Amino acid sequence: MSSVKMVNISFPRFTKFQILVHIGALLPLLLLIVDWSRDNLTFNPIQALELRTGKYALVLLILSLACTPLNTLFGFRQALKVRRPLGLYAFLYASIHFAIFIGLDYQFDWNLLKEAIFEKQYALVGFVAGLVLLSLAITSTRGWMKRLGRTWTKLHKFVYLAGILVIVHYVWLVKSDIQIPLMYGAVVLILLILRIPYIRRHASRVKQSRFVAATKRSFRFMGQRSQAIRNSISHQETT
Amino acid sequence: MKKIHSSEITPESLYLSRRDFLKGMGIVSASAMLLAACGGQPGTQTDIPEKANVSATPEEVGEPLTPYDAVTNYNNYYEFTIDKEDVARKAKDFSTSPWEIEVGGLVKNPKVYDLDDLMKFSQQERIYRLRCVEAWSMVIPWMGFPLAELLNEVEPTSDAKYVRFETIYDPDQMPGQKNQGYQWPYIEGLRLDEAMHDLTMLATGLYGKPLPPQVGAPVRLVVPWKYGFKNIKAIVKIDLVDEMPTSLWMAAAPNAYGFYANVNPEVDHPRWSQSSERRIGESGRRKTLMLNGYEEEVAHLYAGMDLSKNF
Repeated sequence: MSSVKMVNISFPRFTKFQILVHIGALLPLLLLIVDWSRDNLTFNPIQALELRTGKYALVLLILSLACTPLNTLFGFRQALKVRRPLGLYAFLYASIHFAIFIGLDYQFDWNLLKEAIFEKQYALVGFVAGLVLLSLAITSTRGWMKRLGRTWTKLHKFVYLAGILVIVHYVWLVKSDIQIPLMYGAVVLILLILRIPYIRRHASRVKQSRFVAATKRSFRFMGQRSQAIRNSISHQETT
Repeated sequence: MKKIHSSEITPESLYLSRRDFLKGMGIVSASAMLLAACGGQPGTQTDIPEKANVSATPEEVGEPLTPYDAVTNYNNYYEFTIDKEDVARKAKDFSTSPWEIEVGGLVKNPKVYDLDDLMKFSQQERIYRLRCVEAWSMVIPWMGFPLAELLNEVEPTSDAKYVRFETIYDPDQMPGQKNQGYQWPYIEGLRLDEAMHDLTMLATGLYGKPLPPQVGAPVRLVVPWKYGFKNIKAIVKIDLVDEMPTSLWMAAAPNAYGFYANVNPEVDHPRWSQSSERRIGESGRRKTLMLNGYEEEVAHLYAGMDLSKNF
């Protein structure tokens, strides 16, 4: 019984999971800004910024690529809703990464940049990956989905190319320790393999398995219990 | 402070020629400039009094020293870790005394040097640029002596063509040496004429203090016109040989890291450009100088050589 006037606002309902994802995706940026303001960015701050923004972009791209398999394998439908935001966050970090490269690092010296990007492998590959992500970001809206129709799906399969190019970019820029970029590469490879139609069909059997069903049941149970606890607390407050 | 023995005082002729030498390198040797750049770091007593009449090149003027903090906390020393900022912590207990350098091979007087022996050579402060192959650089005031002084003592024979250096092998103190991905211990080499050049030095100090472990204590090589990886650290062996030594990096990636490793903006690394570099402490990039700005002094060593093949 409340005396608050209920106003009928149409507000997109975000699930808790979606909110968590958005906060999680923005957290690294916040940490970067904090580190920058505290001068906590190593003695080579520009390189630290480039490496960190690049890594965050890669991780978010991987998470975006993981959404469809998560649904295929485990029936985790909520993942599908965050696939686009994750991809766009990856593009955001990639843009910051690129801006730092041309602005802070090379200070818009086009001669030096021309040499750096077009004559050297790793920068060129990164640049092309960035262009792919740009075209995907621009066409990510519903408007474009309608405009392109079936071509939209074909176009957005280029995200796989972007994933591969980013790994190559990473492998080529490290001096000699390629284990870490190769590990990321293995993850991307797995996520792409899971989309091969034959594999996909067999993988989707997993969500019907007893183990997955039991796990889902226990998650649902935990959710119900925490809701019940919350209800009892709010009842106590009102009495 | 240890009293300066009369035999260690630089003879006037050498002192004056050293000033000429510094002039030639274009380094502004005014003590005021030095102290200002170091922020008055202790131990940078240079007895170069008034402002020398230096014809510094425009690039040299205003090339400040890289702060001690940065020099000692941003290091490539894979023997300890590949994390540049963590080498100082991992290396802090590294034992640098007692220490011996075995000098032998094709020489007339092989000798084992300990740290006291090294102090008997002329102790000079030299401010050099250091350019890493990763395209970052620093300006560092080293303390040490020209390698030529040591080589002249052991007298290379006429068969000797190269100098081969070796780092200590101690996986207990240097956990990175357990990584089988590289062929430890670290090896480096110079052509004999490069080794005998006055610019090539063995450094035992930094900013007027003994080298801290993370930069290669107790003694390391400094060859300022070559990429940083040529500047081998924690040396225990120096051999005069007649065959070109294969360095650790040559063995690891021969298409990227060669024997000469001369700083050259026109010869790129296979995967990135070497035409510019980032000076630690500055934003933006600098154009990389041919032979790291020491072209006048060392270009003659490579006359007639195709530097894109002999990289």
